[in-house]
Amino acid sequence: MSWKKVLIPASAIPIVALLAYGLTRDPNIVESPLPGRAAFEFTSPTLDGDTLSLGDLEGKVVVLNFWASWCIACIDEHRVFVEAERYYAGQDFQMLGVVYQDSPENARRWMARMGGSWPSVIDPSSRIAIDYGVYGVPETYFIARDGRIAYKQIGPVYPQVMVYWVDRLLAESTDAGAAAAEALEGEVPTGRSEGHTGDRSRATPIPQTQGGQ
Amino acid sequence: MRVLLAALLILFVSAPALTAGGAVLAQETAGTVTVQAEDPELEAQVRELAAKLRCPTCRALSVQDSPSGMAQEMRSLIRDQLRAGKTPDEVTAYFVERYGEWILLEPKAEGFNWAVWLLPVFLLLGGLAFVLVTARRWVEQGQARAAAIVADAPEEEL
Repeated sequence: MSWKKVLIPASAIPIVALLAYGLTRDPNIVESPLPGRAAFEFTSPTLDGDTLSLGDLEGKVVVLNFWASWCIACIDEHRVFVEAERYYAGQDFQMLGVVYQDSPENARRWMARMGGSWPSVIDPSSRIAIDYGVYGVPETYFIARDGRIAYKQIGPVYPQVMVYWVDRLLAESTDAGAAAAEALEGEVPTGRSEGHTGDRSRATPIPQTQGGQ
Repeated sequence: MRVLLAALLILFVSAPALTAGGAVLAQETAGTVTVQAEDPELEAQVRELAAKLRCPTCRALSVQDSPSGMAQEMRSLIRDQLRAGKTPDEVTAYFVERYGEWILLEPKAEGFNWAVWLLPVFLLLGGLAFVLVTARRWVEQGQARAAAIVADAPEEEL
């Protein structure tokens, strides 16, 4: 009879342990397999009526941002991008937007209202978004000079994430790219744990983009 | 009462008309679907693949079941890729490459994932064994008690 008193609670231990482990993880965070891999090439019309290829921007640090005019979280991060565009002006830095599930008219109006002079390409059939494994907006990819995806931010970009990655990628020479990709393995970048939930508590210490330099 | 009857009568008479209207609507929708579905075999393949992929913008919905814009585009991408000659495995690999294994609604049966596949079987078998053992013990205890009652009972009461 006594074996039962031990065995039944003992069998519950692995289940409780598994549940406890699950509680420590945020189900909104899904690790993307893309960082470290080459960014997918695309050519698409921009909101201004030009045509833009990602390949044309090789040699520059590209911040590729998927956004939409209906996306509330995009409003906050847009200020970071406007600030970054001013801050990194004259350097090998390029902001690039991809309009996600939105009409070009709405997107144009939004850019006119919110500011920023970088191009945004339209993605009518969401092929670019699917190619980049986008779950929803906003999502942002930091692409190194050699065309490698260095980091993916799910959810809004905070100033310190922007500065950390752009500074780091600007400092990288093209040849050093591969070595840096190796070094990235296992390193915890700022903001990685911030998922769709938009937890902004960690964003407060550095108020502006300039703060990080 | 007469008014009620009249109302019921009108309802009965108009009901087939209403359903007929519904049928026309359904036919129209079916018509648009068949316009897209030139190749029923291809569409079946698209449905089968889409049902195994998780819709990225939804919660717990497959690409096949989701009405979202993203899922629609993913279905059309699957269709295009199959049309271009890719095998279903290659199409699945395309999505796994971009979204990770997360995109698969059924985790691959390998490594730690085996727990997901085997635990339910073990739990079911364990539960069955527990019920069988307990039920048998109850029967035995009941029989023993019945036997004891019979043995203890004074002769005259039987």
